[in-house]
Amino acid sequence: MADFIDAFETALGLIVTLSPDLVEILLLSLKVSLSAVAIASVLGFAIGGALAVYRFPGRGAVAAVLSAMMGLPPVVAGLFVYLLLSNVGPLGVLQLLYTPTAMIVAQVVLVTPIIGALTRQACQDLLEEYDEQLRSLGASSDAIVITLLWDGRYRLITAVLAGFGRAVAEVGAVMIVGGNIDHVTRTMTTAIALETSKGNIALALALGIVLLAIAFAVNAALIWVQRLARRFAYA
Amino acid sequence: MTASFARRTVLRCIAGALVLAFAAPAGLTADERFIIVQSTTSTQNSGLFDHILPEFEKKTGIEVRVVAVGTGQALKNAMNGDGDVVLVHSKPDEEKFVADGWGTRRHDVMYNDFVIVGPSSDPAHIAGLKNADKAFKKIADAQAPFASRGDDSGTHKAELRLWEDAGIDAKKASGDWYLETGSGMGATLNTAVGKHAYTMSDRATWLSFGNKDDFEVHVEGDPKLFNQYGVILVNPKKHANVKAKGGQTFVDWLISTEGQAAIASYKIDGQQPFFPNARPGS
Amino acid sequence: MLDPTVPIDRSRARLTGSTPLPVELRKLSFVASGKHVIDAIDLIIATHGITAIMGPNGAGKSILLRLMHGLIAPTAGEILWAGRPMDRTVTCRQAMVFQRPVLLRRSASANIWHALGLRGVDRGERAIRVDEALKLAGLEGQASTPARVLSGGEQQRLCLARALSLDPDVLFLDEPTSSLDPASTLAIERLLLDAQRQGIKVIIVTHDVGQAQRLAQDVIFLHHGRVIEHQDAVIFFKHPESESARAFMSGGLVL
Repeated sequence: MADFIDAFETALGLIVTLSPDLVEILLLSLKVSLSAVAIASVLGFAIGGALAVYRFPGRGAVAAVLSAMMGLPPVVAGLFVYLLLSNVGPLGVLQLLYTPTAMIVAQVVLVTPIIGALTRQACQDLLEEYDEQLRSLGASSDAIVITLLWDGRYRLITAVLAGFGRAVAEVGAVMIVGGNIDHVTRTMTTAIALETSKGNIALALALGIVLLAIAFAVNAALIWVQRLARRFAYA
Repeated sequence: MTASFARRTVLRCIAGALVLAFAAPAGLTADERFIIVQSTTSTQNSGLFDHILPEFEKKTGIEVRVVAVGTGQALKNAMNGDGDVVLVHSKPDEEKFVADGWGTRRHDVMYNDFVIVGPSSDPAHIAGLKNADKAFKKIADAQAPFASRGDDSGTHKAELRLWEDAGIDAKKASGDWYLETGSGMGATLNTAVGKHAYTMSDRATWLSFGNKDDFEVHVEGDPKLFNQYGVILVNPKKHANVKAKGGQTFVDWLISTEGQAAIASYKIDGQQPFFPNARPGS
Repeated sequence: MLDPTVPIDRSRARLTGSTPLPVELRKLSFVASGKHVIDAIDLIIATHGITAIMGPNGAGKSILLRLMHGLIAPTAGEILWAGRPMDRTVTCRQAMVFQRPVLLRRSASANIWHALGLRGVDRGERAIRVDEALKLAGLEGQASTPARVLSGGEQQRLCLARALSLDPDVLFLDEPTSSLDPASTLAIERLLLDAQRQGIKVIIVTHDVGQAQRLAQDVIFLHHGRVIEHQDAVIFFKHPESESARAFMSGGLVL
């Protein structure tokens, strides 16, 4: 119990004084996760839209795999990317291991299936309503994908926020490929893991509280977006 | 019928990502601006690096990036070429590393000792014993819970040697009173405290550990608990990407009078956790 | 309300003399789940007036419409438009309005803009046609209103105006006013009559006998996927030949 009270005090102290260490870690977490989500969104929208609209053999299997990958454990994604980027791995020549770029790559692997599967679902639902009308208007498959993506934009924003929530909260992937190097690859989550292993429970909790605040903010944004959508009958 | 749109977009994104990848990481052009040191959790968690690295960086302008994992993993990473220098504490493994050609040369850097810590209740009555393996035997006989690193680290290997000397096959009791956490020193200490179990820790991590609860040091001083750290430059002939110049500069500094003094000046709560012992002129 | 007397400036296609008529259905069949929903239909539509397709529920009217518009492919047989087989050049001169209005999640004008873009109309022309269409639908003041917030009648008027803005040679409608109030129904019917006067071939599926009487030049009566009667409208409504048509017109259940 004392740890919790301690933690809140510490958290408040860190935030109010804008502790440079905290700011550095926070900015890196945001940089890594936002970059990853941006890339994953472009990939996920394209894959999800294409899966919903184009017909090709094996389409069902690809969709099933995509959905299954939503549950990919972060540490497994990290391990996979680590093996790719290690000096003796196929992409070793890029020398990306232990850099923020490696962390971004790992999170892209993690987040793309989430955005892709949710996009596919959104586009599929929209397609049920629009298919005949769009084909009557003479739309090509490409044009249909673009129409659906724009029309489903509020659901896609929801998918992106879900992806961001996952990225900013995971520790397994960024720990393995980033190495938790001070001032280079230490994020909120790896810092929490480190402080816990040093027994600095109150500080770890404090960092956790800050991270929770971000998660809450993301969720609040989600609810606000959904409300907006309903108001304009766009949902 | 063709997924031309999706395919084009996906290809464009991969291209964009690769461009980012090439553009983003520092150090691709200024090759020796940083080096990667594969080291252990004991040197990391104790705060030693936070103390000595700024001095080195100020003197040479080389940034030292420390990846803190167990000794076994550190050496394995170095064998893959994912590091420029290793700084670990398992002499037999280090010497094998050099003998197999993965490292150029091994130097002693510093030493400290291991301590056996446990709950103040001391269920196995080992407090004050001068003999570490005797203490281990008493723990085994009492079947008192013991938390082991279980992760191939230097600490873990030292611990295993003590069980061997005591004639105990602790692994047989794994999951019973012998708890193998497979984690770093800090995480293992957390588990030990949480489970009221004994454990063996290096003194530096113990001193700086923030969650001691009612735990105390029960056994110390046995020469068998001596813990030697060594530093090795990863062999650039094995991996072309090894930053031999920067790495050697770091190695040289560590064993120089300056580096040794920096190590000696580090204190936790007034106590010195690491003792420099590089041989002069080596 | 809307003003059907606003002339729509598009007679170019009809001036060049390209007409899609006559449309000929040869041994057209559509099988679904083992059932002949459309059963070897032979049919020629050559009139320039509005053609109404009528029949009891399940007769295959909607399927027939979709076959003629190329939305579904027949299991057997073929459809020829002025002697040409169905392909993109034919279907891109057609438009369709569905039973329930299908509008994108954007403003009223953006919906029309989007449709014109799909057809490759250039930007300057698009702006003109969007304005025309909104005027036609009586929705000038609601150009930026989210389309899905409009009333049912307004949405369907917008859908029809969108279809007309594409400058089609043929306009298909699948029971467009079945869920609308009388005022909206009247507005839609006026637009259809005007479109027909402009030279557009209108083919409408309707359940509403009164509507068919008001609009149609000829009537196709469908039952069990077959054409039972294809007759001039005045004659059909006075003296339906077939028993099923008679039963249908008198309001009975046609099995």
